[in-house]
Amino acid sequence: MPYPKPSEAALPSSDHSRSLFPILFGICFAAAFVGSWQLAQIQPGLLFEAEGRRNMARFITGMFPPDLSLNFLRFLVVPFFETIQISVMGTVLAIAIGFPLSLLGTASLAHAGILNDLEIAGSPGRRLARTLPYVLARTVMSAFRCIPEFVWAFMFVRAVGLGPFPGVLAIGVSYGGMLGKVYSEILENLETQPSEALQATGASRWKILIYGMLPQALPQLVSYTLYRWECAVRASAILGFIGAGGLGQQIELSMRMFNFHEVVTLILILFLLVAAVDFLSARARKAIV
Amino acid sequence: MRPATLLVPAGILALILWSWHGTRFDLIGLLSADGRAQMLTYVQRLFPPDLSPDLLRKVAYWSLETFAISFMGTLLSVAVALALVFFASRNLVFTGVLFEVDEAGRPIRIARIGLYVVARALLNLLRTVPHIVWALIFVFAVGLGPFPGVLALGLHTGGVLGKLFAEVVEDIETQPLEALQAAGASRLQIFFYGVLPRVLPQFLAYSLYRWEVNIREAIILGYVGAGGLGQQIQIAISLFLENKLLTLILAIYLMVTMVDYSSAYLRRRLL
Repeated sequence: MPYPKPSEAALPSSDHSRSLFPILFGICFAAAFVGSWQLAQIQPGLLFEAEGRRNMARFITGMFPPDLSLNFLRFLVVPFFETIQISVMGTVLAIAIGFPLSLLGTASLAHAGILNDLEIAGSPGRRLARTLPYVLARTVMSAFRCIPEFVWAFMFVRAVGLGPFPGVLAIGVSYGGMLGKVYSEILENLETQPSEALQATGASRWKILIYGMLPQALPQLVSYTLYRWECAVRASAILGFIGAGGLGQQIELSMRMFNFHEVVTLILILFLLVAAVDFLSARARKAIV
Repeated sequence: MRPATLLVPAGILALILWSWHGTRFDLIGLLSADGRAQMLTYVQRLFPPDLSPDLLRKVAYWSLETFAISFMGTLLSVAVALALVFFASRNLVFTGVLFEVDEAGRPIRIARIGLYVVARALLNLLRTVPHIVWALIFVFAVGLGPFPGVLALGLHTGGVLGKLFAEVVEDIETQPLEALQAAGASRLQIFFYGVLPRVLPQFLAYSLYRWEVNIREAIILGYVGAGGLGQQIQIAISLFLENKLLTLILAIYLMVTMVDYSSAYLRRRLL
């Protein structure tokens, strides 16, 4: 927890700025609203014009009845399992990328706090040597996660070709960045006494990590990873739209062919899959925490 | 060790192996000298980013377009969620403290439960259909452009926010409601003085958080013709314009970071 700065506590200067804030906020909001309305070409009328109405009606009538023929369902077995496989492998890769980065990017482990204060006191060289990997790891993680998995997938489809593999890579890289960030936040907020005690007995950095930090952090780490897996299932369905395998590819195909009754079936399957994964992951998290 | 404790790791391992096989996960190929060289050339081709003033002007415009989609989409989603949430919260519709001494007849009570079920089902539907499918549906209905993107984000996120909002409403403390009820307040008054003040800050926090998600999804929607950065990225990748691609990626990085910061700042200031 950051300490509140004294100026924020109760002094007049902050009162003054607080009174100005609503006005500034209002102006910014109004400007953003008007500008966005124009830029996004909002035309609610389009929805109710004859053409729009006719298309919507065509879509809705086309949806029923959902295509539940055995032929079509059998055809979906492979993409269905592929979606699960992409999400699992993507999460595994994300852990493999995110965990090492998070160790480098944990301030309390890398360059600050009880473990480092004494060792780097009075030695700017050593301070730099420990801060630099930290900053690098943080930058890499933020680059990985700020670029959406969709853009990663696009590049990986270019690099390794169509199929589930680029989907795995895309989820692995972008979720690696997210997992890394959250892992290091978890590690930074641990109780420091165990690490301190271990350090006093002369334990190495690795031993402190394994015996002092990970046992405390493990339930949270696992729980967040499971949550990310849930997200990965949804993401892997969407990545199919750009040729990264799984159910998404089929949704896009059926959509483009105007086979809306197939789309309904696919969405139903997706819904069941997501619900099942949410349920499983919630059960697992409850068992752990 | 009991066999059951071994079963879980074994199951996870089996799941991973099955997925490894099924996704044709080719780590060796990727990290082989050949694969590494290929990746390296691709990365080298990205540099330097194309920073010609002409492109920068266009990139700024596309970024604003993506921002506009995320902003309007988020506002629409808040409107959708607010329209549904109070019917989708069981403690406001048919059960709990407010309805303990309810004298309404059976038909009215069934109607209330029906209202709740319909609202929840609607939220589920909005949430289940991925935003990119919503986008395709609206592109089909109203044509290409950012507007279908806004509608898609609004509906999908509306479902997500509606569910989160309903959880907030169902979790509020009941004492203030009880006190208001004991003082003889009508249900509408209880709603305005007991419920809204408690839930609004959390509604706001969730909406800002979803805005951070939506700026990323607005980029994705470019793929189905919603314009903005996503569409340009698709074009740049397809036409092998790597230098331009790097500029676009940098723009995404900047914009996503900016939205994250302003959302965090607003959360701090407003809550």
